[in-house]
Amino acid sequence: MGTLDDRYIETALLPLTADKAGVVGCHTCGLLSRRHSEEEHAHPLCPRCGARLHHRKPNSLARTWALVIAALMLYIPANVLPVMYTTYLGKTKADTILSGVFYFISSGSWHLALIIFVASVVVPALKLVVLSYLLISVQLRSDRHPQERTRLYRITEAIGRWSMVDIYAVTIMVALLNLGRFADVDAGMGAVFFGAVVVITMFAANSFDPRMIWDAMEKRQ
Amino acid sequence: MTRPPVRVMDLDTYIACHDCDLLHRRQPLATVGVATCSRCGAVLYRNRRNSLDRTLAMAVCGVILFFIANLFPFLTLSFEGQVQETTLVTGIMELYRQGMASLALLVLATGVVFPLVELTGLIYLLLPLKFDRTPWGIAGVFRVVRLLQPWGMTEVFLLGILVSIVKLASMATVIPGAALFAFLALIFVVAATAASLNPDIVWERLTIDT
Repeated sequence: MGTLDDRYIETALLPLTADKAGVVGCHTCGLLSRRHSEEEHAHPLCPRCGARLHHRKPNSLARTWALVIAALMLYIPANVLPVMYTTYLGKTKADTILSGVFYFISSGSWHLALIIFVASVVVPALKLVVLSYLLISVQLRSDRHPQERTRLYRITEAIGRWSMVDIYAVTIMVALLNLGRFADVDAGMGAVFFGAVVVITMFAANSFDPRMIWDAMEKRQ
Repeated sequence: MTRPPVRVMDLDTYIACHDCDLLHRRQPLATVGVATCSRCGAVLYRNRRNSLDRTLAMAVCGVILFFIANLFPFLTLSFEGQVQETTLVTGIMELYRQGMASLALLVLATGVVFPLVELTGLIYLLLPLKFDRTPWGIAGVFRVVRLLQPWGMTEVFLLGILVSIVKLASMATVIPGAALFAFLALIFVVAATAASLNPDIVWERLTIDT
């Protein structure tokens, strides 16, 4: 029989991770199953839902770094290039994300300016900063504030979607203002880069494994 | 030792926290309850009142609203006597026509396809389960539904619509259409669908290969 059958553990007394107990939880359905060694099973599947089982997300550090750096590079054209061109009564005006924010401030709707600024500028930048901080803290095997860092990760994962607001707003305006020389809105390349930043940062948050934060704690003990 | 020791092999009585890997023993919850990780606070599992019935009802309602939201005009714009109607799909087609295929695809996927797949997928799974039948491909379909969940962004879309209305209102008259109200209702229904679903009611129907 396997080693697990012989091991008796009083979990109420001892904080035990799945890793130490030699089991792995399915990411998708949550079922625990016995961990197979690499040679036994190269690509184990969850016996219940059939999803790929990973002890930790594969190459989490390298993947997340790669995606963070890619998003960082795209963040510049996303903010510098115009997201849309507005033609109004024969005059064409290019709008970047920031000039859209200033437009709302000058027209008096400061609350909308705030929403756009936070969703389009602050959230992507904050996501990149937070993910970099988490990656560095894991690489330095930090054991400080693991709860707060895990919470920070969960927030990062949850807020990324709101950055899509500007993309949707551009789509609606492109569709509605389509009256030739009088009033026309065209999407600009900035919107493409911006969409890429949102998608890539979402993948980056997804590829980070928060359990790495806690693995450092286990090894210190 | 006063209590008999627990055997780790009883794997389905345990759950590992997906955020910090700590093992917990599954404990029965109240009808409406959430079990959180004692170390990092992540939600481990939850119990919802009449999860199957409520989720199914919400998903059916969601699909109906979804079709109203996509088939009827969203916003009508009148400008110097010219009137223009938009549905969600015309915006996407206009983006595609302007050569922004990748952007059109992103909006189509996150705003239209993923939310629809999520709702219809849930109906496909929960309706047979309601009558104690197991739908074909249950594991694969539910895996796709769970995978797509963070990528359906109806609520973000609504905020985008509100932003564009404010921006356009300075140039022309914007008249909200029936679809806009359906969309507004859809946001709440999609949120209620997600909140009433206890994923374990589907997973527990699956057999475990040994």
